[in-house]
Amino acid sequence: MKERLEAIQKEALEKIQNAKTMETLNEIKVEYLGKKGELTQVLKGMKDVAAEDRPKVGQMVNETRTAIEESLEREMNLLAKAKQEEKLAKEVIDVTLPGTKINTGHKHPNQIALEDLERVFIGMGYEIVEGPEVEYDKYNFELLNIPANHPAKDEQDTFYINKEILLRTQTSPVQARVMETGKMPIRMLAPGRVFRSDEVDATHSPSFHQVEGLVVDKNITFSDLKGTLAQFATEFFGPETKVKFRPHHFPFTEPSAEMDITCFKCGGKGCRMCKGSGWIEILGCGMVHPKVLKACGIDPEEYSGFAFGIGLERVTLLKYEIDDMRLLYENDTRFLKQF
Amino acid sequence: MNTPLSWIKAYVPDLDCTVQEYVDKMTLSGSHVESYVKFDKNLEKIVVGRIEEIKPHPDADKLVVCQVNIGKETIQIVTGAKNVKEGDVIPVVLDGGKVAGGHDGSKPPEEGIKIKKGKLRGIESNGMMCGIEELGSSRDFYPEAPEDGVYVFEKDADVALGDDAVKALGLDETVVEFEITSNRVDCFSMIGMAREVAATFEKELHLPKVTQTGNSEDVNDYISVEVADKELCPRYVARVVKNIKLAPSPKWMQRRLAAMGIRSINNIVDITNYVMEEYGQPMHAYDLDTIEDKKIIVKRAENETFVTLDGQERKLDNTVLMINDGKKEIGIAGIMGGENSMVNDNMTTMLFEAACFDGTNIRLSSKKVGLRTDASSKFEKGLDPNTAMEAMNRACQLIEELGAGEVVGGAVDIYPNPVGEKRLPFEPEKMNALLGTDVSKEEMFSYFKMLDLVYDADANELIIPTFRQDLECMADLAEEVARFYGYDNIPVTLPRGEATAGKKSFKNRVEDVARDVAEQNGFCGGMCYSFESPKVFDKLLLPQDSEYRKAIVISNPLGEDFSIMRTISLNGMLTSLATNYNRRNKNVRLYEMGNVYLPKALPLTELPEERMKFTLGMYGEGDFFTLKGVVEELFEKLGLKNQMTYNPNEKKPFLHPGRQADIYYHDVYIGYLGQVHPEAASNFDLEVDTYVAVIDMPNLTEHATFNRKYEGIAKYPAVTRDLSMVMKKEILVGDVEAIFKKKGGKLLEQFELFDVYEGTQIQEGYKSVAYALTFRAKDRSLTDADVNEVLDKILKELTKLDINLRA
Repeated sequence: MKERLEAIQKEALEKIQNAKTMETLNEIKVEYLGKKGELTQVLKGMKDVAAEDRPKVGQMVNETRTAIEESLEREMNLLAKAKQEEKLAKEVIDVTLPGTKINTGHKHPNQIALEDLERVFIGMGYEIVEGPEVEYDKYNFELLNIPANHPAKDEQDTFYINKEILLRTQTSPVQARVMETGKMPIRMLAPGRVFRSDEVDATHSPSFHQVEGLVVDKNITFSDLKGTLAQFATEFFGPETKVKFRPHHFPFTEPSAEMDITCFKCGGKGCRMCKGSGWIEILGCGMVHPKVLKACGIDPEEYSGFAFGIGLERVTLLKYEIDDMRLLYENDTRFLKQF
Repeated sequence: MNTPLSWIKAYVPDLDCTVQEYVDKMTLSGSHVESYVKFDKNLEKIVVGRIEEIKPHPDADKLVVCQVNIGKETIQIVTGAKNVKEGDVIPVVLDGGKVAGGHDGSKPPEEGIKIKKGKLRGIESNGMMCGIEELGSSRDFYPEAPEDGVYVFEKDADVALGDDAVKALGLDETVVEFEITSNRVDCFSMIGMAREVAATFEKELHLPKVTQTGNSEDVNDYISVEVADKELCPRYVARVVKNIKLAPSPKWMQRRLAAMGIRSINNIVDITNYVMEEYGQPMHAYDLDTIEDKKIIVKRAENETFVTLDGQERKLDNTVLMINDGKKEIGIAGIMGGENSMVNDNMTTMLFEAACFDGTNIRLSSKKVGLRTDASSKFEKGLDPNTAMEAMNRACQLIEELGAGEVVGGAVDIYPNPVGEKRLPFEPEKMNALLGTDVSKEEMFSYFKMLDLVYDADANELIIPTFRQDLECMADLAEEVARFYGYDNIPVTLPRGEATAGKKSFKNRVEDVARDVAEQNGFCGGMCYSFESPKVFDKLLLPQDSEYRKAIVISNPLGEDFSIMRTISLNGMLTSLATNYNRRNKNVRLYEMGNVYLPKALPLTELPEERMKFTLGMYGEGDFFTLKGVVEELFEKLGLKNQMTYNPNEKKPFLHPGRQADIYYHDVYIGYLGQVHPEAASNFDLEVDTYVAVIDMPNLTEHATFNRKYEGIAKYPAVTRDLSMVMKKEILVGDVEAIFKKKGGKLLEQFELFDVYEGTQIQEGYKSVAYALTFRAKDRSLTDADVNEVLDKILKELTKLDINLRA
């Protein structure tokens, strides 16, 4: 019996070794391990074996079976692997061929700059608010300490619809509208379209955008204004950005300032972009004029505040080094797809 | 405001700093420097020399060889200049020096021109004699210079050989241009700027000492003045000068005016200009002999035209203030004098005027007359009437000093309501609280003192000089403290107090989703103007009575193309698409988020309604259904999946009659989409199938929602039934879908159109439409009976529309 099993095992293993295909291996599996296979035949003959020898013979049969099974599995794995590799080898592609794009659209550069700005100020607790683009003289000028016949009205070259209604020249009227509601404290950011009577050229447009910020609360100081805008500058233009405040004049703030930032192209060394000065003028700001607070129903003895206004196109043009403002309104996709 | 540094230094003699330090510090104290020009930027090694000897050049007819004494030595210079002779004192640039430009006066090179010794036709030349153009100036400012050739110092010039010729000519000058803000009227004068400089650098301010002038006569014997319109002329000062001796003004005065870009005319005109720049007070001189009744009346214009001293006829109306002599008008107040009374060579007696006119009136008059002068641009800012007398006396002092005439004693001064000094409480705590600083009282006093603000300790008040009309309240004073304490020195803090939630409005969030959907589908963000041409309506084929034509008109537009506020967003979109099309950009997709402006009534009595429109436009790849897919995706993102109906019957004239739909959410109008009518497209030069969609954001936003509830993932199998139907062509699949929705109940999970067919096998005028309907229950597997029950309801309803299953 033992000899027979050994012979079967030897024969089977030899056949397995010589098998070249999965089919042959499967055939071998059936031949030896199948229901009619040789080993099964041996097991069937167990009834002829003496009872006391049966466990031993059973064990021998199992060992043979295991040996054949293991060998089969090993060979099958090897074959499968070889087959897989052969397939993969055939599937080689040229990875330097271009990718397949979905061709998504692009945001307008102005919109990107705006969203970046909004993100910074939302993070600082500002609410985004809007106001009308066609506005009353009262909000655009009068409440902002720009009375009738003030030279600022001329300077801004306003588009008028009639005596009382105009196209807003600034986003500052939104300040007045929010203050008028009387809800304190105020931390708001008002982006929007404004209009001035400038002919279209590389640096002017009769329509452009401003982003107005306003904070009104008890004990707001000029130092808070400096701190807030310095933080904005580092968040928006990069951590290395330094700021400089210069005295200036706006009718609706006092004291007023203009803020310069270190040129983000040369880092302050001086280049063409900053005209060699190392600084770039970026926004106007100041403490809300007590007359404006009063006109909007806020007691300047109790509350103070600061305001700032950023020219969005200015930031966009500088940030992306766009040399002609007209590109922003042409909507040429070769331009828009660069952002 | 241009300020020659030497002129400023005349009042602040202790100023000692480099130009860069000057410019930087002035900017930080509030006088923003726009730019500055150094006249001697490219002038190096230029000295005064005298030509001792001139000999012909042996080998060149056009050249001469000169021996030039430059003080310590005599050098040989070869020149081609024709105007030189022995004994002439001239500027000489030495070997290794630099001049500004060429002698022809063409635009000088940025870096100047280096001068080296060398040989001219074999003869050694050790420098160059300079013409005024080579020194970077012109005969406009150095009229004594020859038209062509070397500048020759005048006989009485106070120069020594070897002296710095640049200095001798007053070219060692830097002119700084300050941006003066509209509130600082006082800074539109040399004295005003000098005060700022003195305060910034903490140096003493030396103002001109104005002395008593005038003979023993009385000005009232020469002239009387009547101001008829006191509102428009708060003050009028007049003095008289007789025995006028017109002559050139002295070099120092010419040079200072030249540095300001003002050409020297004669001593009288130069003095008026000089005092105007010095005090910021415009002055005017009249020939007294032309003033008929020896009377000045200040009143509004009576004539419709007037000839100003430049010979131009100007149009007037009765809002323009004039100077009148009782018989005729002799000047436009504050803007320009008349030709009939102007300073002339034969003038013997002169009326000198220093007045204060209402700034607004001058500004408006200047616009009306179409003439803006140095004088009017100063008056329109609103001058301090108290400066008038001071400036007048200064001018008369200069007349006496320069021997330009004999000043008559006394002055006529019509000043009915003198402007007095203001007083403001001194509130150091409040100022520090506003600034977030801790500046001591003493420091504050030191700043105020430099600005001529006097502290009255008894009243605890600051006395504000009248030239500082801009100082009106504590905040104004705080700015003065901040400026001189230094904005840089103010601490950096963040607002404390109650925290606020940063947020965007729901409206903005919905707009952001719309932008995202557009971009995900290949649309680029565009930006269009809010104003446009009224011709737009014709281009869009809108009928004359179209609501769209009710547009707001701008009263002072930049031109017809920008004259109305848009009521429809298509013009901007189609114009932008056309720009791309004409530039041969392929497959262009654009979107715009912008307002249209709808008047509630015309003419406008209240603010119009501004409605945000989300406009999509495309040509190239894709069709109506591509665009419809995009808007459907938007509706889905806003929680409005399968809630819209599309109505093809609106017939918008600018859209293809058979390819357009109005979009409704129940009965709320949401917008429209369609193919642009080929004729309208052609009006925009778009010779290509173009599709647009315009979504009304306010209506969409009102129904949009970001609320979602998890509905579970189906556990039980679905049953699918295909419905192939035959119906009249006119029936819309939308109508069929409405029936599915109405009768499908809870079990109909979804329906999907998979075929629309017309043609053979189908009766003429009919079409075949096929849908796949999916039924599913959340709690069990559906039986055929369940599905048939629902299907029967649907079929029954379809039959009513004469829709039958295809055999």
